[in-house]
Amino acid sequence: MMFEEEINQIVRNLKPSGIRKFFDIAATRKGVVSLGVGEPDFITPWHIREAAIYAIEKGRTFYTGNKGLPALRKGICDYYRRRFGISFDPEENAIVTVGGSEAIDIVLRTLLKPGDEVILPTPAYVAYAAIIEMAEGKVVEVELKEEDRFKLTPEVLEKAVTARTKAIILNFPGNPTGGIMTHDDYAKIVPILKKHHIFAVTDEIYAELTYEGKHSSIAEFDEIRDQTIVINGFSKAYSMTGYRVGYILAHKDLISMILKIHQYTIMCATTPSQYAAIEAVNNGDNDIAEMALSFKQRRNYIVKELNRIGLKTHMPEGAFYVFPSIKVTGLSSEEFCEKLLDEENLALVPGNAFGQAGEGYVRISYAYSLDEIKIAISRLESFLKNHG
Amino acid sequence: MNKELLLLLENNARYEVRDLASLLNEDETLVEKAIKDLEARNVIAGYHTIINWDKADTEISKAIIFVNCVPERESGYDKVAEKIARYPEVDSLYLISGKAEFMLQVNGKNMREVSNFVAHKLAPTEGVSGTETMFILKEYKLNGKELLDEREDGERLLVTP
Repeated sequence: MMFEEEINQIVRNLKPSGIRKFFDIAATRKGVVSLGVGEPDFITPWHIREAAIYAIEKGRTFYTGNKGLPALRKGICDYYRRRFGISFDPEENAIVTVGGSEAIDIVLRTLLKPGDEVILPTPAYVAYAAIIEMAEGKVVEVELKEEDRFKLTPEVLEKAVTARTKAIILNFPGNPTGGIMTHDDYAKIVPILKKHHIFAVTDEIYAELTYEGKHSSIAEFDEIRDQTIVINGFSKAYSMTGYRVGYILAHKDLISMILKIHQYTIMCATTPSQYAAIEAVNNGDNDIAEMALSFKQRRNYIVKELNRIGLKTHMPEGAFYVFPSIKVTGLSSEEFCEKLLDEENLALVPGNAFGQAGEGYVRISYAYSLDEIKIAISRLESFLKNHG
Repeated sequence: MNKELLLLLENNARYEVRDLASLLNEDETLVEKAIKDLEARNVIAGYHTIINWDKADTEISKAIIFVNCVPERESGYDKVAEKIARYPEVDSLYLISGKAEFMLQVNGKNMREVSNFVAHKLAPTEGVSGTETMFILKEYKLNGKELLDEREDGERLLVTP
Protein backbone atom coordinates (compact mmCIF):
# COMPACT_ATOMS: atom_id res chain seq x y z
CA MET A 1 0.00 0.00 0.00
CA MET A 2 1.19 3.51 -0.82
CA PHE A 3 1.82 6.14 1.87
CA GLU A 4 1.88 3.43 4.56
CA GLU A 5 4.09 5.52 6.84
CA GLU A 6 2.65 8.94 6.07
CA ILE A 7 -0.96 8.14 6.90
CA ASN A 8 -2.24 8.85 10.40
CA GLN A 9 -1.78 5.67 12.38
CA ILE A 10 -5.21 5.89 13.96
CA VAL A 11 -6.86 5.85 10.55
CA ARG A 12 -4.54 3.14 9.29
CA ASN A 13 -5.44 0.93 12.22
CA LEU A 14 -9.19 1.44 11.93
CA LYS A 15 -10.81 -1.84 10.99
CA PRO A 16 -12.97 -1.61 7.88
CA SER A 17 -16.59 -2.27 8.79
CA GLY A 18 -17.52 -5.97 8.73
CA ILE A 19 -20.67 -4.90 6.95
CA ARG A 20 -18.75 -3.38 4.09
CA LYS A 21 -17.11 -6.74 3.38
CA PHE A 22 -20.51 -8.39 3.15
CA PHE A 23 -21.87 -5.72 0.93
CA ASP A 24 -18.99 -6.28 -1.49
CA ILE A 25 -19.61 -10.03 -1.71
CA ALA A 26 -23.39 -9.67 -2.00
CA ALA A 27 -23.06 -7.04 -4.74
CA THR A 28 -21.23 -9.46 -7.05
CA ARG A 29 -24.02 -12.06 -6.94
CA LYS A 30 -27.29 -12.29 -8.86
CA GLY A 31 -30.69 -13.01 -7.32
CA VAL A 32 -29.59 -12.16 -3.81
CA VAL A 33 -32.38 -11.63 -1.32
CA SER A 34 -31.21 -9.39 1.48
CA LEU A 35 -32.48 -8.73 4.98
CA GLY A 36 -29.34 -6.73 5.60
CA VAL A 37 -30.41 -3.15 5.22
CA GLY A 38 -30.38 -0.64 8.08
CA GLU A 39 -32.94 1.80 6.73
CA PRO A 40 -36.74 1.90 6.39
CA ASP A 41 -38.29 0.64 3.15
CA PHE A 42 -40.86 3.44 2.84
CA ILE A 43 -40.38 6.19 0.33
CA THR A 44 -40.35 9.51 2.17
CA PRO A 45 -43.99 10.68 2.55
CA TRP A 46 -44.94 12.88 -0.38
CA HIS A 47 -45.69 16.05 1.60
CA ILE A 48 -42.13 15.96 2.92
CA ARG A 49 -40.59 15.32 -0.51
CA GLU A 50 -42.74 18.12 -1.87
CA ALA A 51 -41.41 20.51 0.78
CA ALA A 52 -37.85 19.75 -0.36
CA ILE A 53 -38.79 20.30 -4.00
CA TYR A 54 -40.58 23.54 -3.14
CA ALA A 55 -37.50 24.82 -1.26
CA ILE A 56 -35.35 24.21 -4.33
CA GLU A 57 -37.97 25.73 -6.65
CA LYS A 58 -38.09 28.88 -4.51
CA GLY A 59 -34.33 29.17 -4.51
CA ARG A 60 -33.96 28.39 -0.82
CA THR A 61 -30.53 26.99 -1.49
CA PHE A 62 -28.18 29.31 0.39
CA TYR A 63 -26.27 28.44 3.54
CA THR A 64 -28.35 28.62 6.69
CA GLY A 65 -27.05 29.74 10.08
CA ASN A 66 -24.60 27.25 11.58
CA LYS A 67 -27.10 25.89 14.07
CA GLY A 68 -29.71 25.32 11.37
CA LEU A 69 -32.92 27.12 10.43
CA PRO A 70 -34.64 28.68 13.48
CA ALA A 71 -38.01 27.21 12.39
CA LEU A 72 -36.46 23.74 12.30
CA ARG A 73 -34.85 24.09 15.73
CA LYS A 74 -38.16 25.30 17.11
CA GLY A 75 -39.97 22.40 15.42
CA ILE A 76 -37.52 19.92 16.93
CA CYS A 77 -37.89 21.34 20.45
CA ASP A 78 -41.70 21.38 20.12
CA TYR A 79 -41.52 17.80 18.95
CA TYR A 80 -39.44 16.65 21.94
CA ARG A 81 -41.91 18.29 24.30
CA ARG A 82 -44.94 16.93 22.45
CA ARG A 83 -43.74 13.37 21.97
CA PHE A 84 -41.46 12.74 24.96
CA GLY A 85 -42.33 15.48 27.46
CA ILE A 86 -38.80 16.94 27.54
CA SER A 87 -38.12 20.66 27.13
CA PHE A 88 -35.24 22.23 25.24
CA ASP A 89 -34.69 25.79 24.12
CA PRO A 90 -34.35 26.14 20.34
CA GLU A 91 -31.90 29.02 20.64
CA GLU A 92 -29.57 27.60 23.26
CA ASN A 93 -29.89 23.82 23.23
CA ALA A 94 -30.08 22.70 19.60
CA ILE A 95 -27.86 22.16 16.56
CA VAL A 96 -29.05 20.67 13.27
CA THR A 97 -26.46 18.25 11.87
CA VAL A 98 -25.82 16.22 8.74
CA GLY A 99 -27.54 13.10 10.02
CA GLY A 100 -27.04 11.44 13.38
CA SER A 101 -23.58 10.38 12.18
CA GLU A 102 -22.15 13.89 12.20
CA ALA A 103 -23.75 14.46 15.57
CA ILE A 104 -21.99 11.42 17.08
CA ASP A 105 -18.68 12.60 15.65
CA ILE A 106 -18.75 16.21 16.80
CA VAL A 107 -20.16 15.37 20.24
CA LEU A 108 -17.38 12.87 20.93
CA ARG A 109 -14.69 15.14 19.53
CA THR A 110 -15.93 17.88 21.82
CA LEU A 111 -15.88 15.67 24.92
CA LEU A 112 -12.82 13.50 24.54
CA LYS A 113 -9.21 14.15 25.48
CA PRO A 114 -6.67 11.56 24.33
CA GLY A 115 -6.99 8.47 26.51
CA ASP A 116 -10.45 9.30 27.87
CA GLU A 117 -12.56 6.20 28.21
CA VAL A 118 -15.99 5.82 26.65
CA ILE A 119 -18.21 2.99 27.79
CA LEU A 120 -19.79 1.36 24.76
CA PRO A 121 -22.52 -1.21 25.36
CA THR A 122 -22.18 -3.80 22.61
CA PRO A 123 -23.35 -5.20 20.25
CA ALA A 124 -23.48 -1.63 18.94
CA TYR A 125 -23.89 0.30 15.72
CA VAL A 126 -20.57 0.16 13.88
CA ALA A 127 -19.71 3.87 13.88
CA TYR A 128 -19.40 4.50 17.62
CA ALA A 129 -16.13 2.62 18.23
CA ALA A 130 -14.48 4.05 15.12
CA ILE A 131 -15.47 7.61 16.01
CA ILE A 132 -14.25 7.20 19.59
CA GLU A 133 -10.91 5.92 18.29
CA MET A 134 -10.60 8.77 15.77
CA ALA A 135 -11.13 11.19 18.65
CA GLU A 136 -8.26 9.40 20.43
CA GLY A 137 -10.56 8.05 23.10
CA LYS A 138 -10.47 4.50 24.43
CA VAL A 139 -13.40 2.19 23.79
CA VAL A 140 -14.49 0.23 26.86
CA GLU A 141 -16.94 -2.40 25.68
CA VAL A 142 -19.57 -3.75 28.04
CA GLU A 143 -21.71 -6.63 26.93
CA LEU A 144 -25.49 -6.37 26.50
CA LYS A 145 -26.78 -9.87 27.11
CA GLU A 146 -29.62 -11.67 25.45
CA GLU A 147 -30.87 -12.90 28.83
CA ASP A 148 -31.21 -9.23 29.91
CA ARG A 149 -33.15 -8.55 26.68
CA PHE A 150 -30.13 -6.51 25.59
CA LYS A 151 -30.69 -3.88 28.30
CA LEU A 152 -27.86 -2.17 30.16
CA THR A 153 -27.83 -3.23 33.81
CA PRO A 154 -26.22 -1.30 36.69
CA GLU A 155 -24.01 -4.28 37.58
CA VAL A 156 -22.46 -4.40 34.12
CA LEU A 157 -22.05 -0.61 34.01
CA GLU A 158 -20.52 -0.26 37.48
CA LYS A 159 -17.74 -2.73 36.67
CA ALA A 160 -16.62 -0.73 33.64
CA VAL A 161 -16.29 2.64 35.36
CA THR A 162 -12.77 3.94 36.05
CA ALA A 163 -11.28 7.31 36.96
CA ARG A 164 -10.84 7.98 33.24
CA THR A 165 -14.44 7.28 32.21
CA LYS A 166 -15.69 10.35 30.37
CA ALA A 167 -18.88 9.23 28.66
CA ILE A 168 -21.21 6.39 27.85
CA ILE A 169 -22.99 5.74 24.56
CA LEU A 170 -26.64 4.81 24.92
CA ASN A 171 -28.58 3.64 21.88
CA PHE A 172 -32.06 2.48 22.81
CA PRO A 173 -34.03 1.29 20.89
CA GLY A 174 -30.81 -0.12 19.53
CA ASN A 175 -29.20 -1.26 16.36
CA PRO A 176 -28.59 -4.25 16.02
CA THR A 177 -30.52 -5.79 18.91
CA GLY A 178 -33.83 -3.90 18.95
CA GLY A 179 -33.43 -3.67 22.75
CA ILE A 180 -35.00 -0.78 24.65
CA MET A 181 -34.64 0.87 28.08
CA THR A 182 -37.73 1.90 30.06
CA HIS A 183 -37.81 4.77 32.53
CA ASP A 184 -37.36 2.24 35.34
CA ASP A 185 -34.38 0.63 33.58
CA TYR A 186 -32.70 4.04 33.30
CA ALA A 187 -33.51 4.89 36.92
CA LYS A 188 -31.13 2.10 37.97
CA ILE A 189 -28.13 3.43 36.06
CA VAL A 190 -28.66 7.17 36.50
CA PRO A 191 -27.17 7.27 40.04
CA ILE A 192 -23.95 5.70 38.72
CA LEU A 193 -23.64 8.25 35.92
CA LYS A 194 -24.31 11.06 38.39
CA LYS A 195 -21.86 9.81 41.01
CA HIS A 196 -18.97 9.52 38.54
CA HIS A 197 -20.07 12.46 36.40
CA ILE A 198 -20.22 10.44 33.20
CA PHE A 199 -21.69 12.15 30.15
CA ALA A 200 -24.68 10.27 28.75
CA VAL A 201 -24.57 10.43 24.96
CA THR A 202 -27.97 9.07 24.02
CA ASP A 203 -28.56 8.25 20.37
CA GLU A 204 -32.35 8.11 20.06
CA ILE A 205 -32.60 7.71 16.30
CA TYR A 206 -34.99 4.74 16.70
CA ALA A 207 -37.12 6.42 19.40
CA GLU A 208 -40.29 6.43 17.31
CA LEU A 209 -39.94 2.74 16.58
CA THR A 210 -40.87 1.65 20.10
CA TYR A 211 -43.64 -0.90 20.02
CA GLU A 212 -44.76 -1.64 23.56
CA GLY A 213 -45.56 1.62 25.31
CA LYS A 214 -43.81 4.94 24.88
CA HIS A 215 -40.13 5.70 24.24
CA SER A 216 -38.20 6.69 27.34
CA SER A 217 -35.18 9.00 27.20
CA ILE A 218 -32.48 9.34 29.83
CA ALA A 219 -32.96 13.10 29.37
CA GLU A 220 -36.09 12.68 31.53
CA PHE A 221 -33.80 12.58 34.58
CA ASP A 222 -33.23 16.12 35.82
CA GLU A 223 -30.40 15.08 38.13
CA ILE A 224 -28.15 14.30 35.16
CA ARG A 225 -29.82 16.55 32.60
CA ASP A 226 -26.78 18.86 32.25
CA GLN A 227 -24.51 15.93 31.42
CA THR A 228 -26.95 14.35 28.95
CA ILE A 229 -26.53 14.87 25.23
CA VAL A 230 -29.41 13.80 23.02
CA ILE A 231 -28.71 12.79 19.43
CA ASN A 232 -31.61 12.17 17.09
CA GLY A 233 -32.59 12.70 13.47
CA PHE A 234 -35.13 12.28 10.73
CA SER A 235 -33.82 9.15 9.01
CA LYS A 236 -35.69 6.37 10.77
CA ALA A 237 -38.84 8.08 12.07
CA TYR A 238 -39.80 9.66 8.74
CA SER A 239 -37.90 7.41 6.34
CA MET A 240 -35.58 10.25 5.34
CA THR A 241 -32.18 8.52 5.39
CA GLY A 242 -30.86 10.12 2.23
CA TYR A 243 -31.69 13.68 3.32
CA ARG A 244 -29.03 13.48 6.03
CA VAL A 245 -30.66 15.55 8.75
CA GLY A 246 -30.00 14.96 12.42
CA TYR A 247 -29.68 17.06 15.54
CA ILE A 248 -28.11 17.47 18.95
CA LEU A 249 -29.95 18.66 22.06
CA ALA A 250 -27.76 19.52 25.05
CA HIS A 251 -26.76 22.05 27.69
CA LYS A 252 -25.96 25.44 26.18
CA ASP A 253 -22.33 25.36 27.26
CA LEU A 254 -21.86 22.06 25.47
CA ILE A 255 -23.74 23.29 22.42
CA SER A 256 -21.53 26.35 22.09
CA MET A 257 -18.43 24.13 22.06
CA ILE A 258 -19.89 21.48 19.75
CA LEU A 259 -20.95 24.29 17.43
CA LYS A 260 -17.30 25.26 16.91
CA ILE A 261 -16.50 21.93 15.29
CA HIS A 262 -19.74 21.96 13.33
CA GLN A 263 -19.18 25.44 11.92
CA TYR A 264 -15.65 24.73 10.77
CA THR A 265 -16.23 21.27 9.31
CA ILE A 266 -19.80 21.39 8.02
CA MET A 267 -20.97 25.02 8.07
CA CYS A 268 -24.61 23.95 8.06
CA ALA A 269 -26.84 21.01 7.18
CA THR A 270 -28.14 20.84 3.60
CA THR A 271 -30.67 23.64 3.17
CA PRO A 272 -33.45 21.94 1.13
CA SER A 273 -33.22 18.95 3.47
CA GLN A 274 -33.74 21.28 6.42
CA TYR A 275 -36.93 22.61 4.81
CA ALA A 276 -38.14 19.05 4.28
CA ALA A 277 -37.36 18.35 7.94
CA ILE A 278 -39.48 21.33 9.04
CA GLU A 279 -42.45 19.82 7.21
CA ALA A 280 -41.75 16.40 8.73
CA VAL A 281 -41.36 17.55 12.31
CA ASN A 282 -44.44 19.79 12.25
CA ASN A 283 -46.81 17.68 10.16
CA GLY A 284 -45.44 14.14 10.25
CA ASP A 285 -46.88 12.59 13.40
CA ASN A 286 -49.37 10.55 11.34
CA ASP A 287 -46.63 9.24 9.07
CA ILE A 288 -44.70 8.07 12.11
CA ALA A 289 -47.73 6.24 13.47
CA GLU A 290 -48.46 4.54 10.16
CA MET A 291 -44.90 3.40 9.55
CA ALA A 292 -44.35 2.26 13.14
CA LEU A 293 -47.52 0.15 12.98
CA SER A 294 -46.33 -1.52 9.80
CA PHE A 295 -42.92 -2.28 11.35
CA LYS A 296 -44.56 -3.68 14.44
CA GLN A 297 -46.67 -6.06 12.33
CA ARG A 298 -43.66 -7.23 10.39
CA ARG A 299 -41.75 -7.70 13.64
CA ASN A 300 -44.56 -9.93 14.93
CA TYR A 301 -44.49 -11.87 11.70
CA ILE A 302 -40.76 -12.46 11.47
CA VAL A 303 -40.31 -13.41 15.12
CA LYS A 304 -43.04 -16.02 14.83
CA GLU A 305 -41.55 -17.41 11.62
CA LEU A 306 -37.99 -17.52 12.97
CA ASN A 307 -39.12 -19.44 16.02
CA ARG A 308 -41.11 -21.79 13.78
CA ILE A 309 -38.06 -22.67 11.68
CA GLY A 310 -36.00 -23.31 14.78
CA LEU A 311 -34.11 -20.06 15.40
CA LYS A 312 -35.01 -19.12 18.95
CA THR A 313 -35.79 -15.40 18.82
CA HIS A 314 -37.19 -13.14 21.52
CA MET A 315 -39.57 -10.33 20.63
CA PRO A 316 -37.52 -7.10 20.42
CA GLU A 317 -39.34 -3.98 21.62
CA GLY A 318 -37.91 -1.44 19.22
CA ALA A 319 -36.07 -0.56 15.97
CA PHE A 320 -36.52 -2.87 12.93
CA TYR A 321 -34.05 -5.62 13.71
CA VAL A 322 -34.11 -9.01 15.32
CA PHE A 323 -30.88 -10.42 16.65
CA PRO A 324 -31.24 -14.19 17.03
CA SER A 325 -28.58 -16.54 18.32
CA ILE A 326 -27.22 -18.95 15.70
CA LYS A 327 -25.17 -20.94 18.22
CA VAL A 328 -27.26 -24.10 17.57
CA THR A 329 -25.59 -24.38 14.17
CA GLY A 330 -22.10 -24.50 15.65
CA LEU A 331 -21.00 -21.91 13.09
CA SER A 332 -19.41 -18.56 13.79
CA SER A 333 -21.43 -15.50 12.75
CA GLU A 334 -19.26 -14.92 9.70
CA GLU A 335 -19.25 -18.56 8.65
CA PHE A 336 -23.02 -18.60 9.00
CA CYS A 337 -23.51 -15.52 6.85
CA GLU A 338 -20.93 -16.51 4.24
CA LYS A 339 -22.42 -19.99 3.81
CA LEU A 340 -25.94 -18.58 3.80
CA LEU A 341 -25.03 -16.21 1.01
CA ASP A 342 -23.17 -18.92 -0.86
CA GLU A 343 -25.74 -21.68 -0.54
CA GLU A 344 -29.06 -19.83 -0.39
CA ASN A 345 -28.30 -16.40 -1.84
CA LEU A 346 -29.59 -14.71 1.32
CA ALA A 347 -27.70 -11.77 2.85
CA LEU A 348 -27.77 -11.15 6.60
CA VAL A 349 -25.26 -9.23 8.69
CA PRO A 350 -22.97 -11.24 11.02
CA GLY A 351 -23.39 -10.25 14.67
CA ASN A 352 -19.67 -9.81 15.26
CA ALA A 353 -19.73 -6.80 12.89
CA PHE A 354 -21.25 -5.02 15.93
CA GLY A 355 -18.49 -5.99 18.34
CA GLN A 356 -17.24 -9.23 19.86
CA ALA A 357 -20.39 -9.44 21.98
CA GLY A 358 -22.34 -10.07 18.79
CA GLU A 359 -20.47 -13.27 18.00
CA GLY A 360 -22.88 -16.17 17.74
CA TYR A 361 -25.70 -13.92 16.50
CA VAL A 362 -26.92 -12.48 13.22
CA ARG A 363 -28.77 -9.25 12.54
CA ILE A 364 -31.95 -9.60 10.53
CA SER A 365 -33.67 -6.46 9.34
CA TYR A 366 -37.41 -6.61 8.75
CA ALA A 367 -37.61 -3.33 6.84
CA TYR A 368 -38.77 -5.36 3.84
CA SER A 369 -42.06 -6.29 2.20
CA LEU A 370 -43.85 -9.36 3.49
CA ASP A 371 -43.14 -11.14 0.20
CA GLU A 372 -39.40 -10.54 0.56
CA ILE A 373 -39.47 -11.68 4.17
CA LYS A 374 -41.29 -14.87 3.14
CA ILE A 375 -38.69 -15.77 0.53
CA ALA A 376 -35.89 -15.03 3.00
CA ILE A 377 -37.51 -17.21 5.66
CA SER A 378 -37.86 -20.14 3.28
CA ARG A 379 -34.19 -19.83 2.28
CA LEU A 380 -33.15 -19.63 5.91
CA GLU A 381 -35.29 -22.64 6.72
CA SER A 382 -33.62 -24.72 4.05
CA PHE A 383 -30.20 -23.55 5.27
CA LEU A 384 -30.98 -24.53 8.85
CA LYS A 385 -32.10 -27.99 7.70
CA ASN A 386 -28.68 -28.53 6.16
CA HIS A 387 -26.77 -27.14 9.14
CA GLY A 388 -28.99 -28.06 12.08
CA MET B 1 -57.54 -6.02 16.88
CA ASN B 2 -60.44 -5.10 14.55
CA LYS B 3 -59.18 -1.73 13.37
CA GLU B 4 -55.66 -3.03 12.70
CA LEU B 5 -57.14 -6.03 10.91
CA LEU B 6 -59.38 -3.84 8.77
CA LEU B 7 -56.51 -1.57 7.82
CA LEU B 8 -54.47 -4.58 6.68
CA LEU B 9 -57.36 -5.98 4.64
CA GLU B 10 -58.20 -2.60 3.16
CA ASN B 11 -54.71 -2.53 1.73
CA ASN B 12 -54.58 -6.15 0.64
CA ALA B 13 -57.67 -8.35 0.68
CA ARG B 14 -55.63 -11.38 -0.34
CA TYR B 15 -53.69 -11.81 2.91
CA GLU B 16 -53.96 -15.37 4.16
CA VAL B 17 -55.47 -15.75 7.61
CA ARG B 18 -52.24 -17.37 8.76
CA ASP B 19 -50.20 -14.30 7.73
CA LEU B 20 -52.71 -11.91 9.28
CA ALA B 21 -52.46 -13.82 12.53
CA SER B 22 -48.66 -13.55 12.49
CA LEU B 23 -48.70 -9.84 11.66
CA LEU B 24 -51.17 -9.14 14.45
CA ASN B 25 -49.52 -11.56 16.87
CA GLU B 26 -52.90 -13.20 17.38
CA ASP B 27 -54.25 -16.69 17.24
CA GLU B 28 -55.27 -17.89 13.79
CA THR B 29 -58.72 -19.09 14.83
CA LEU B 30 -59.40 -15.75 16.54
CA VAL B 31 -58.52 -13.85 13.38
CA GLU B 32 -60.68 -16.12 11.28
CA LYS B 33 -63.56 -15.58 13.66
CA ALA B 34 -63.07 -11.82 13.65
CA ILE B 35 -63.20 -11.72 9.84
CA LYS B 36 -66.35 -13.85 9.72
CA ASP B 37 -67.94 -11.55 12.28
CA LEU B 38 -66.96 -8.38 10.38
CA GLU B 39 -68.39 -9.88 7.21
CA ALA B 40 -71.61 -10.86 8.95
CA ARG B 41 -72.06 -7.34 10.32
CA ASN B 42 -71.40 -5.89 6.85
CA VAL B 43 -68.39 -3.96 8.21
CA ILE B 44 -66.46 -5.83 5.54
CA ALA B 45 -68.96 -5.28 2.73
CA GLY B 46 -67.01 -7.08 0.02
CA TYR B 47 -63.61 -7.69 -1.56
CA HIS B 48 -62.63 -5.88 -4.67
CA THR B 49 -59.79 -5.85 -7.19
CA ILE B 50 -58.30 -2.61 -8.47
CA ILE B 51 -58.06 -3.02 -12.24
CA ASN B 52 -56.35 -0.72 -14.66
CA TRP B 53 -58.77 -1.41 -17.54
CA ASP B 54 -56.79 0.79 -19.85
CA LYS B 55 -53.92 -1.69 -19.68
CA ALA B 56 -56.23 -4.68 -20.07
CA ASP B 57 -57.16 -3.53 -23.59
CA THR B 58 -60.78 -3.60 -22.59
CA GLU B 59 -62.98 -0.72 -23.52
CA ILE B 60 -64.87 0.64 -20.56
CA SER B 61 -66.54 3.98 -20.06
CA LYS B 62 -66.93 5.67 -16.70
CA ALA B 63 -68.65 8.87 -15.74
CA ILE B 64 -69.08 10.99 -12.65
CA ILE B 65 -72.64 12.27 -12.45
CA PHE B 66 -74.06 14.98 -10.22
CA VAL B 67 -77.73 14.43 -9.51
CA ASN B 68 -80.14 17.05 -8.18
CA CYS B 69 -83.13 15.74 -6.39
CA VAL B 70 -86.07 16.77 -4.26
CA PRO B 71 -86.17 15.25 -0.79
CA GLU B 72 -89.24 13.28 0.14
CA ARG B 73 -91.28 13.85 3.24
CA GLU B 74 -90.24 11.34 5.98
CA SER B 75 -87.60 9.45 4.03
CA GLY B 76 -85.53 12.49 2.94
CA TYR B 77 -83.05 11.43 0.27
CA ASP B 78 -82.76 7.78 1.27
CA LYS B 79 -85.67 6.49 -0.85
CA VAL B 80 -84.37 8.13 -4.02
CA ALA B 81 -80.86 6.94 -3.24
CA GLU B 82 -82.09 3.39 -2.82
CA LYS B 83 -83.79 3.48 -6.20
CA ILE B 84 -80.66 4.82 -7.93
CA ALA B 85 -78.32 2.43 -6.12
CA ARG B 86 -80.22 -0.61 -7.38
CA TYR B 87 -79.09 -0.08 -10.98
CA PRO B 88 -76.07 -2.30 -11.64
CA GLU B 89 -74.58 0.46 -13.82
CA VAL B 90 -74.10 2.55 -10.67
CA ASP B 91 -70.67 1.76 -9.21
CA SER B 92 -70.80 4.12 -6.26
CA LEU B 93 -73.24 6.64 -4.89
CA TYR B 94 -72.74 9.43 -2.37
CA LEU B 95 -74.95 12.06 -0.74
CA ILE B 96 -72.86 15.23 -0.88
CA SER B 97 -72.89 18.84 0.19
CA GLY B 98 -72.71 21.56 -2.46
CA LYS B 99 -74.60 22.27 -5.63
CA ALA B 100 -75.93 18.75 -6.18
CA GLU B 101 -77.48 16.24 -3.81
CA PHE B 102 -75.84 13.07 -5.12
CA MET B 103 -72.60 12.19 -6.81
CA LEU B 104 -72.36 8.84 -8.51
CA GLN B 105 -69.98 6.91 -10.64
CA VAL B 106 -71.54 5.00 -13.50
CA ASN B 107 -69.71 2.34 -15.49
CA GLY B 108 -70.67 1.09 -18.93
CA LYS B 109 -69.14 -0.70 -21.89
CA ASN B 110 -68.94 2.54 -23.85
CA MET B 111 -70.15 6.16 -23.84
CA ARG B 112 -73.39 5.25 -25.56
CA GLU B 113 -74.27 2.79 -22.84
CA VAL B 114 -73.62 5.37 -20.11
CA SER B 115 -75.57 8.03 -22.01
CA ASN B 116 -78.50 5.67 -22.47
CA PHE B 117 -78.49 4.90 -18.78
CA VAL B 118 -78.61 8.59 -17.87
CA ALA B 119 -81.29 9.46 -20.43
CA HIS B 120 -83.55 6.47 -19.98
CA LYS B 121 -83.05 5.33 -16.40
CA LEU B 122 -81.46 7.93 -14.17
CA ALA B 123 -83.01 11.22 -15.32
CA PRO B 124 -86.61 9.91 -15.34
CA THR B 125 -86.29 8.47 -11.82
CA GLU B 126 -88.95 9.90 -9.56
CA GLY B 127 -87.50 12.64 -7.37
CA VAL B 128 -84.57 13.37 -9.72
CA SER B 129 -84.79 16.96 -10.97
CA GLY B 130 -81.55 17.24 -12.96
CA THR B 131 -78.26 15.56 -13.88
CA GLU B 132 -74.82 16.67 -14.95
CA THR B 133 -72.59 14.02 -16.53
CA MET B 134 -68.80 14.19 -16.69
CA PHE B 135 -67.04 11.40 -18.55
CA ILE B 136 -63.76 10.18 -17.07
CA LEU B 137 -60.96 10.59 -19.60
CA LYS B 138 -58.06 9.00 -17.74
CA GLU B 139 -57.52 7.39 -14.36
CA TYR B 140 -54.41 8.36 -12.42
CA LYS B 141 -55.18 6.89 -9.03
CA LEU B 142 -57.78 4.34 -7.95
CA ASN B 143 -58.61 3.33 -4.37
CA GLY B 144 -55.29 4.61 -3.10
CA LYS B 145 -53.18 3.02 -5.84
CA GLU B 146 -51.33 5.15 -8.36
CA LEU B 147 -51.67 3.84 -11.91
CA LEU B 148 -48.86 5.83 -13.47
CA ASP B 149 -46.20 3.86 -15.30
CA GLU B 150 -43.40 6.37 -15.28
CA ARG B 151 -43.17 6.37 -11.50
CA GLU B 152 -39.73 5.36 -10.36
CA ASP B 153 -38.72 4.59 -6.82
CA GLY B 154 -35.18 4.82 -5.52
CA GLU B 155 -33.19 1.70 -4.78
CA ARG B 156 -31.68 0.77 -1.46
CA LEU B 157 -28.21 -0.72 -1.14
CA LEU B 158 -28.09 -4.47 -0.49
CA VAL B 159 -26.47 -4.27 2.92
CA THR B 160 -26.02 -1.20 5.12
CA PRO B 161 -25.13 -0.69 8.79
